[in-house]
Amino acid sequence: MLDLTDIRKTFNPNSINQKVALDGVTLHLDDGDFVTMIGGNGAGKSSLLNAIAGVWPVDTGKIVIDGTDVTGLSEHKRAPWLGRVFQDPIMGTAATMQIIENLALAKRRGQKRGLRPGVTKAEKDEYRELLATLGLGLEDRLTEKVGLLSGGQRQALTLLMATLNKPKLLLLDEHTAALDPRTAQKVLTLSDQIVSENKLMTMMVTHNMKDAIRYGNRLIMMNAGRIILDIKGDAKKNLTVRDLMDEFAKASGEELATDRTLLS
Amino acid sequence: MNIGSLISALPGAIAQGLIWGVMAIGVYLTYKVLDIADLTVDGTMATGGAVCVMMLLNGANLWVAMLCAVLAGMVAGLVTGIFHTAMGIPAILAGILTQLSLYSVNLAIMGFKANQGINFRTTHILISSRNVKVIGVENPIFIMIIITALLIAVLYWFFGREIGAALRATGSNERMARAQGINVNIAKIIGLMISNGIVALSSALYAQYQGAVDVNMGRGGIVIGLAAVIISTVVFGKVFHNFALKLMGVSLGAVIYYIVIQIVLWLGLNTNLLKLLSALVVAVFLAIPYWKGRLAKGAKNA
Repeated sequence: MLDLTDIRKTFNPNSINQKVALDGVTLHLDDGDFVTMIGGNGAGKSSLLNAIAGVWPVDTGKIVIDGTDVTGLSEHKRAPWLGRVFQDPIMGTAATMQIIENLALAKRRGQKRGLRPGVTKAEKDEYRELLATLGLGLEDRLTEKVGLLSGGQRQALTLLMATLNKPKLLLLDEHTAALDPRTAQKVLTLSDQIVSENKLMTMMVTHNMKDAIRYGNRLIMMNAGRIILDIKGDAKKNLTVRDLMDEFAKASGEELATDRTLLS
Repeated sequence: MNIGSLISALPGAIAQGLIWGVMAIGVYLTYKVLDIADLTVDGTMATGGAVCVMMLLNGANLWVAMLCAVLAGMVAGLVTGIFHTAMGIPAILAGILTQLSLYSVNLAIMGFKANQGINFRTTHILISSRNVKVIGVENPIFIMIIITALLIAVLYWFFGREIGAALRATGSNERMARAQGINVNIAKIIGLMISNGIVALSSALYAQYQGAVDVNMGRGGIVIGLAAVIISTVVFGKVFHNFALKLMGVSLGAVIYYIVIQIVLWLGLNTNLLKLLSALVVAVFLAIPYWKGRLAKGAKNA
């Protein structure tokens, strides 16, 4: 379960660069909910994920994950609940470390790190099998540095790392936006598969309205730091891109109906 | 220009290189593994020697004195780490602040004298420059090879552990490290403490080797450390991929550095110009990857 209550965040307050990123977001997700999030540039989608992950503290509001109030916790302390994949494939992995070392780091997310081996022998076999399921040939490159992988491979690896210890909440922040269309589709399919197999509560930001409709059981549209549309269940299944655009126009005011970023 | 005089100076250069190689391993850990240029080491490179010599003068056991020297270095690293993480001071400036304060601290340790000597006749010490041409176990080159090997073994073990991996991840990609639940501030502090502890060990050994500690002993130390790291990257970068071998390369880099310095001095360079030469050489080698990158970019755009 995820409970967000009246989350607000303003960057550079009282300055010429003042920007209201989140303007009172309240949201409840049930376990197993897979929410897709759309909205124009600067609508607050990534900000909302960053607020949940604790990248910076929020101004007001409350964030409760699985019954624990994490509002005051720093980023690394929230990590046990969260799996995260970023837009930039470089962000999710340590380039100078081996594939297997990256996985081992993720395996220990939320555990105390001591003087036990960084990677155990048993883990090696486990990761080899796991990597084989990706079908990218990474299972034969266990000790290669991640920096040698392509963007798509790195993103697939990050996805694997994010879900290695089943997280309470998976945050996908436009994780296919930097990939070529074919690779993006592959990573997206993989994400959907992992999410449904593990019944993970997931929030996925996307710029692609078709993807937002196709995946998940719930769709949220954001604008100017607020949730302006929240569609669930059968209503979501029957959505069309046209509907979304109309809804967007209705909810946000006409002048935004032709927002190009929304269409891209 | 008698080749004999150069050859006779070589054992000394090798011993010095091995001692500074320990220091350079400390620099490698912050500069390459943690991705922090830590200038604390210029101060720590005198602190270790100061603690060790003063304790020996006061009749302490050699091993206790060396252990305390290492601990003193770790405290210096801790201070820089706190400046950097808890107080938000950029790493370079945090190191400079600690380095500056260490000048006073080092003088205080040394009883407010700029240098302090040890009497090798009455004090038991581990290595001495007087034995540099002796064939036997008391030869500082022999002892330094053993110390370096032990140090590399311990570091290799540590960086293969969970904490060690967390430190490497922090240096590689801080954001990823945080997302994996690693407290990157703690990781940086631990890294700085280990690095400065190693530098202080080198300092304690160097003071014994010279038979004295000088408050200016560490001045420009970071440049020598970086020079060793860069030389090892240039000379061994393509051959040494394993972490232990890389550390060995850094130690060898320091040895090469001191041999080159010895040759330059033999060719007649004024000793006072050495630091200028070292700094310029390091500057050029630091620039090479940048220039290479620009050339590659230019080729792509052409």
